[in-house]
Amino acid sequence: MLTLERLRFTRGDYTLNADWSLPRGSRCAVLGPSGGGKSTLLSLIAGFEPPAAGRIWLAGVDITGQSPGARPISTVFQETNLFPHLSVSQNVGLGLTPARLSAAQADAVTDVLRAVELAAFADRKPGALSGGQRARVALARVLLRERPLLLLDEAFSALGPALKNEMFALLESILSQTGATVLMVTHDPEEAALMDQIIVVEGGKAHAPQPAGPILADPPPALAAYLGR
Amino acid sequence: MARRAVPLRAVFGAASAALMLTLTLGTLIAVAMRAEGVSGFGPGDWGAIRFTITQALISAALSVLGAIPVARALARRRFAGRGFVIALLGAPFILPVIVAVLGLVAAFGQNGIINSALQALGLPTVSLYGFHGVILAHVFYNLPLATRLILQGWLAVPGEKMRLAGSLNFAPRDIQRHIEWPMLRETAPGAFLVIFLLCLTSFAVALAVGGGPRATTVELAIYQAFRFDFDLGKAALLALVQFGLCACVGLVAFWIALPQTAMAGLDGVQRRWDADGLALRIQDCAAIGLACLFLIGPMTLVLWGGVPALIDLPGTVWRAAGTSIAIALVSMALTLCLSLSLVMWAEGGGRAGRALGEGIGALALAASPLVMGTGLFILIFPFANPQDLALSVTIAVNAAVSVPFAVRVLAPALRELEASYGALADSLALSGWARLRWLILPRLRRPLGFAAGLSAALSMGDLGVITLFSQQGNETLPLAMYQLMGAYRLDQAAGAALLLVLLSFGLFWAFDRGGRVNADT
Repeated sequence: MLTLERLRFTRGDYTLNADWSLPRGSRCAVLGPSGGGKSTLLSLIAGFEPPAAGRIWLAGVDITGQSPGARPISTVFQETNLFPHLSVSQNVGLGLTPARLSAAQADAVTDVLRAVELAAFADRKPGALSGGQRARVALARVLLRERPLLLLDEAFSALGPALKNEMFALLESILSQTGATVLMVTHDPEEAALMDQIIVVEGGKAHAPQPAGPILADPPPALAAYLGR
Repeated sequence: MARRAVPLRAVFGAASAALMLTLTLGTLIAVAMRAEGVSGFGPGDWGAIRFTITQALISAALSVLGAIPVARALARRRFAGRGFVIALLGAPFILPVIVAVLGLVAAFGQNGIINSALQALGLPTVSLYGFHGVILAHVFYNLPLATRLILQGWLAVPGEKMRLAGSLNFAPRDIQRHIEWPMLRETAPGAFLVIFLLCLTSFAVALAVGGGPRATTVELAIYQAFRFDFDLGKAALLALVQFGLCACVGLVAFWIALPQTAMAGLDGVQRRWDADGLALRIQDCAAIGLACLFLIGPMTLVLWGGVPALIDLPGTVWRAAGTSIAIALVSMALTLCLSLSLVMWAEGGGRAGRALGEGIGALALAASPLVMGTGLFILIFPFANPQDLALSVTIAVNAAVSVPFAVRVLAPALRELEASYGALADSLALSGWARLRWLILPRLRRPLGFAAGLSAALSMGDLGVITLFSQQGNETLPLAMYQLMGAYRLDQAAGAALLLVLLSFGLFWAFDRGGRVNADT
């Protein structure tokens, strides 16, 4: 369970408030107008931005003061998920430890690369991969890390429709293996429809998650305006 | 960013900052404690201050004025060898000053080409020594730098602006008024200031072609007070004056946009529609041709003359070369450690930390090498014989002198790196050594290699603080070469010059190249 307890973020005139819980295993889209604070919400949860007030709980632990790397969270960014100077397997292996990998850890890296069908590319640099392959490397690291919360910040928005579908299928299989909770920022209602919960971020507030089907079928005014309905 | 405090970064950053502060301000304070009242100033000292400022003003003005037509020609002309000319303009930065001086001696000296020609024509000869010589050497040395800085300004003019000018059928005069003049008002003062500062702290040029009551710089006066009169009080006072002068320039620099690092690409050519006339072509051709002749001529004379002498250089020169290489390598390593620690520390400290870290890095620009050397002498004197530590002092001072340049190269690179990969590294809990090893060192290879090459070459060619402590057996190559010049063994000096140039550029090339090879971008 992810709980944002009276969480408040301010920068200059801008504020963002959130006060809700998301059950474990939820698949939740974050929708809203651009500039409304979708990415800020994710940055708060990931620990890149400090909140002005409030607490963040994950599985009963207060993670508010933890550094980003110490939180039981995996993040997939829109760009820059891989270090271009490191090989695919090094990039994935960094998800476990920056120290030398043990034999078991190295095997685990090979396993997840096989799972995303990139075992043959283990020694390549990201520059030698296609966009879809790079996204799969990022997901392989997510699978390897097995963190209970996964944050996707428009992770697949640069991919074409076919690749996007492929990534969602891969994501689905990763989630069924790890049982992780997902929060996914998107601007695409079709992607949002693939999730089972929706958080609308607008007007300085991240609204509590609601079931996706009803809210997309009958959107509240702010969301309707954003969706153009 | 909510980033965990990284103790490692703070420890190394604070240690580097402390060392830099000791080398710059600490030595100044040590020197100041020895100073005993202004009564120590004679007319010669006031003359030195006056000369220092006057020659720096004239040198900077001539360099910038001379650079404008050359930069304009390079900006709007495309020709075979353009890249080579531009690369050549970058060379003086790592060209040892003493080599440039020897080149000027070969061209403008008593028995140089120019004077021989003048004599043959029955005209009066010109003297390289004194006021003219210092100015000539400074312009020779700084005209290329000014050209590059101003060329950057020209190439930074957006192409749309030139297209707009073309579509409005602007004549060259209109372009000058509406585009080039405003651009020059932005760039020229910065270039002037940089060169003014370089000339203000010039020592080797004044040592070689200046001197005497009418052409002594403050730096040279410090050297003379220290070395000949062993008048520490006067050396200290002069050191304070020198620091004050540099600090004033530093304050002015806050108001003037300083040119960015010279690493930016200068490959582009401006597409223009106004400059196809024959007169302008001839004018540009002449500007580039004269500049090349002025810059390449003297260097060719000395380096070509050095080839035969290279084979039978005296053993002292080879030993000096070995000493210089060792000094260059150690001081380069020290420069990299200091500047990397400083910029990492600065980057972690927000805007204030950045200003503090980079400010400390820039301090060495205001503290002259001779002031640092004198201060270290005073600090070391109670504990050991400073002459025994001459090479260590030289290494420390050379490193400190290179730090400002290394910081200017590394700071923006690290900032960009953290902006691109900081969040990813944070999310993977890469901090401390792990961050250095996996992210910073591999991603900063190019700027690190460039900074390493720069600092090694600067240290290799430096003729400064070593002159304070030199004694038989610990000469560096530039010093050995200067001594050969002083003994009028110009052939051997030319051989040493060739060796010095090969080593300086070789070191720069090797490290810069090392940073580029297999670097993934």
